[in-house]
Amino acid sequence: MIDVNVSLSHWPFRRLPLDQTQTLVAALKREKIHQAWAGSFDGILHRDVAAVNERLASECKPHDMLVPFGTVNPSLPDWRDDLRRCHEIHKMPGIRLHPNYHSYTLDDPKFAQLLDEAAARAMIVQLAVTMEDERTQHPLVRVPPVDLKPLAALIAGRSKVRIVLLNAMGVLRGAPLKTLLNTGRVWVETATLEAVAGIEHFVANYGAKRLLIGSHAPFFCVGAAQLKLQESILSEQDAASITEGNAQMLLKSP
Amino acid sequence: MTDPAPERIWDLHCHLSGETGRTPDEIIAKIIARADRMGIERMAFYMGYPMTANPSPDELRRQNDQIIQALSHWHHRAFGFAYVNPNHVDASIAEIERCIDRGPMVGIKLWVARRCNDAALDPIIKAAHARKAVIFQHTWLKAAGNLPGESSPNDLVELAARHPETPLICGHTGGDWERGIRIVRASPNISIDLAGSDPTAGFVEMAIRELGASRIIYGSDVGGRSFASQLAKVRSARSLSDGDRRLILGGNLRRLLAPIFKAKGMRMDA
Repeated sequence: MIDVNVSLSHWPFRRLPLDQTQTLVAALKREKIHQAWAGSFDGILHRDVAAVNERLASECKPHDMLVPFGTVNPSLPDWRDDLRRCHEIHKMPGIRLHPNYHSYTLDDPKFAQLLDEAAARAMIVQLAVTMEDERTQHPLVRVPPVDLKPLAALIAGRSKVRIVLLNAMGVLRGAPLKTLLNTGRVWVETATLEAVAGIEHFVANYGAKRLLIGSHAPFFCVGAAQLKLQESILSEQDAASITEGNAQMLLKSP
Repeated sequence: MTDPAPERIWDLHCHLSGETGRTPDEIIAKIIARADRMGIERMAFYMGYPMTANPSPDELRRQNDQIIQALSHWHHRAFGFAYVNPNHVDASIAEIERCIDRGPMVGIKLWVARRCNDAALDPIIKAAHARKAVIFQHTWLKAAGNLPGESSPNDLVELAARHPETPLICGHTGGDWERGIRIVRASPNISIDLAGSDPTAGFVEMAIRELGASRIIYGSDVGGRSFASQLAKVRSARSLSDGDRRLILGGNLRRLLAPIFKAKGMRMDA
């Protein structure tokens, strides 16, 4: 199984039981995850993003299963060089964005530029829509979910972008979700996909081709993803697409 | 049906809303089919649909009837708590008499109609306690502020102090469980409910450290939540002993239910 939503280093507001890379990797393996796309919690608030990405790359290196996704913050000076280093130096297949924590909206021209430059480098863009339930955030750091309304129009003119929305399913449903998935350039993952048999209902409503497995570990309990699969009745083919095939295809094909 | 898990999982917190179906019978059948896949032996259901924050006496009766209907073919797998509203004390006590004394229910559910520190709740709590009924109070600690009638764990602590011999359950542990656990820590008659929040790691570990395993109860909050994400809080907890896991997944709930099950002649065996 491929988990597209894992983070390394420390959550800013709490130590987590699995926030040591070695421990996290062992737990992921116990859950039959053989590849995990990893960002860094440090990328949320640190300003020296180049150092964050360097640490992420070096932390992932000893573990074949970890695929690093560096942070790019287009609100920072010379963000293009962070993108370049992620691609050229660290050989990352993609980047992770936190527009809400980095204080820009998706209709900001910088975001469109970043999408274009990531696409030119054939990099996947992971966009974290939320990181935690808005209701339980620290009183001094209240961060609403990313407003995704501008996204469909941005993608319409950009046939090469590949966007994975992380932790989106608590706030993205119905027609807006369908519109984004129908672009053929957007994927979502299971970390915040809730309700009884949530994966099965998702497949019934939107098909299996745009759904990936995401644990949001170590912030979320690592076992939730596997248990969600157990709760849903899926065809062998759909299960294979969701657990592995979609992520492999996404990684391979620009 | 798959074999029940050896832990004998009993789910404290289930609703009919959130799952599709034309009738309560259709909805509960679907939910139980999913519970089978997850090894859940029995479930507590309360509140019908649509979710109503301040139900009138008529609406209380209608929603409790939905639950009684849903339970009618599933008494070996599910049990119910009567939905009550402290803004209608007489009607709530009448529902306790109807649903618990003369009906199949074994507990009460208090939601967001009125904060639970209000003395208006006292006759309801006394009526439920006299019947050995389990008392479940929803609580949250929302960063943007609770609803006007929505209780916090602080409110529940006040209620618990007025009824020190009455076991109470702190629904959702206030959602913000790092604060919720600390708030109820010194109130030994309060147990916490794990249900209905994101499966954030560390919840169960902190609860065991601060409260002990005997005050922690697994619940899911289906159909709005999955069994999966809520079970993961317990399954993924680090350094959890088998004994503690069994308490959290069902043992503690059975201990709270045992007096009323016995009084009503209901069986607890698998």
